Amino acid sequence: MAFRDEWLRARAVAWKDLMAERRSKAGFNSVAALGVTILVLFGFALGPDAEAIRAAAPGALWLAALFAGVLAFNRSYQVELDGGALEPLLMYPGARRSIFAGKLLANFVFVFLLLVIVIAVSLVLFHITVPSTWPRLLLVVLLGEVGLVTLGTFYAAMASRSRAREVLLPLLLFPMLVPVLLAAMQATKALLVGDVMHDAGAWTNLLVAYDVIFLISTFLAFDYVIEA
Amino acid sequence: MLARRFGAQWVLRGVSLELRSGVAAGLVGANGSGKSTLLRLLCTLLRPTAGTASVFGADIASEPDRVRELVGFFSPVPGVYEDLTAMENIRFAATMLGRPAGSAASALERTGLASVANERVRGFSSGMLRRLSLARLLVHRPRLLLLDEPYNNFDAPGTALLNDVIRETLAFGGSALIVVHDVASAMPVVNEWFSLTGGKMSPSAAIPVGSPSPSIIPALGMSGVLH
Amino acid sequence: MTAAAAFTLEVPNPGRWPIFGWFAVLFLAGAQITAFAISPPDRDMGDLQKILYVHVPTAWNMGICYLLVAIYSFRFLWKRDDRDDLIAASAAEVGTLLNGLTLVLGMIWARPTWGVWWVWDARLTSTLIMFLVFAGYLALRAFVEEPDRRALWSAVAGIMGAINYPIVYMSVRWWRTIHQVQSTPSTLDPTYTFSLRLNAVAVLFILIYFIRRRYEAALTERVAEQVSQAAALGGPLNA
Repeated sequence: MAFRDEWLRARAVAWKDLMAERRSKAGFNSVAALGVTILVLFGFALGPDAEAIRAAAPGALWLAALFAGVLAFNRSYQVELDGGALEPLLMYPGARRSIFAGKLLANFVFVFLLLVIVIAVSLVLFHITVPSTWPRLLLVVLLGEVGLVTLGTFYAAMASRSRAREVLLPLLLFPMLVPVLLAAMQATKALLVGDVMHDAGAWTNLLVAYDVIFLISTFLAFDYVIEA
Repeated sequence: MLARRFGAQWVLRGVSLELRSGVAAGLVGANGSGKSTLLRLLCTLLRPTAGTASVFGADIASEPDRVRELVGFFSPVPGVYEDLTAMENIRFAATMLGRPAGSAASALERTGLASVANERVRGFSSGMLRRLSLARLLVHRPRLLLLDEPYNNFDAPGTALLNDVIRETLAFGGSALIVVHDVASAMPVVNEWFSLTGGKMSPSAAIPVGSPSPSIIPALGMSGVLH
Repeated sequence: MTAAAAFTLEVPNPGRWPIFGWFAVLFLAGAQITAFAISPPDRDMGDLQKILYVHVPTAWNMGICYLLVAIYSFRFLWKRDDRDDLIAASAAEVGTLLNGLTLVLGMIWARPTWGVWWVWDARLTSTLIMFLVFAGYLALRAFVEEPDRRALWSAVAGIMGAINYPIVYMSVRWWRTIHQVQSTPSTLDPTYTFSLRLNAVAVLFILIYFIRRRYEAALTERVAEQVSQAAALGGPLNA
């Protein structure tokens, strides 16, 4: 069944990306350390007043994840560009979108682990207690992550193969992520204080809509971007 | 008649070639004459700007997946994942090609890499990397081999193995197109020679070698109108 | 997908466009003068209100430019005709220019009105974000040298950016809502609406003319490249 074949290929690509990442010396540890460093810097920028820091925590958390996560996206294509493996990859029969799906999966795992660390450190640094609404908070985190990883993996397919890739990826990506970041930050902020105004629901809906729209459009557009 | 341009520059301007099954063709030409571009077009890595080509009946523009199934590419660029082991690299290729996982082990065996199968590729010498590419080809077993300067810096045993693979492919009704600079290196396998100059192809009267092609099935035909 | 593409481009013929250019400029001058003459000073804003006659039409037309980018990007992906790529790129440049102008005029208007240079409201903020999105588009074109790849990638980036605009707008609006409630034409003096529409049309003419000129320049460049290349390779293509 064709779908099963595509899934096997996507899974192979994801596994390969994660294995290569795990074995490379630089990699997850550095990115996680960077995420924590950014949180600390936010602490300096916004503090030392405890109330101010706690109020700004949702924003700081997501921005730390964003800035550190951006490094992951270019790296996910680096693994092919280093050994000249992109051409053999493109010459395997089968839909290109399996490659995209595999890289999405690998990046999703990577950024998820990054978020776990960033959130854990935020709880400590910014005096946040885990709220009773934490299952909904987890949902918001996952939905926000999907939006972030989808566009990040997509734009990195172009940026990683251009000049000035370090500046081109954020430049292309960050304005596009404004809705995701706004929604995730606001929903996180609301849920951390118990969501008295029931704001989180509207933002969650926006996240879902955004994720659906961009998952579909990136899957459709990936062929055009990777073949060039 | 294949034509391909990059931006404003025409690299191939009306290439016409017919390669029959069981034939290995050698291709020579000056640097920048478009040999690599031609191979990349046939692998579906590039799309033609004009004209058509078909590989064993599959059109490169409209049926790229069928073409990818039939075509295998080999060049000095290893195209491997350095942090994975040799076995992991070939198993990955096997999965992506839809071949059984067990074929990876036998391919590594044949290319003499069985002893280093579980070592990371990062430490491999260039000869070993070339053999790894060859193992990938063995797992694939394509009907058309496209080889871009395959003998460059390749040791004698490796070259012998490569030529064996080429001969096996021809014996099973496949074909090969080999781009070389040094004609002598490909002499043992090539039946017909062509040269590519100024983006156009012509038969090279240089060296007819080997037995005439046994089959009349067109393995690779390119035709079409320019403009 | 077929491999056909227009591979011989021709130098664009300016034709009657220079006349249209003069017409556009004169029309704009006339529209501005008309607007100044026929509409009385606003009760609250005084003569400052006149700046709206440039700011609002510029904002409307910026949206039209981005719509053109999306349309011609789609056409390029569908037909792979280089000319569509060049039109999309020209529209993006003009759109970014109008975008910048909208922002600056908005800030000039905001300062006396609200006492600050900037407010984080939905319209102004989304306009700023669109500016950044299309600055990214132009950067992408600048950083990719291979023309085929550049055209393909910017077409995709242009379409993605355009899709995102309504979402950006909505999300920022939910976040803040202090911009003036968008005056529907019926709440304004009829002379205001007429003047706004007149000037909007005037800027539209200017926009069309600018895009056409930019496109002509880009196309001429591309043709020159092709001609010199053909000469270097030894004459035109033959069967």
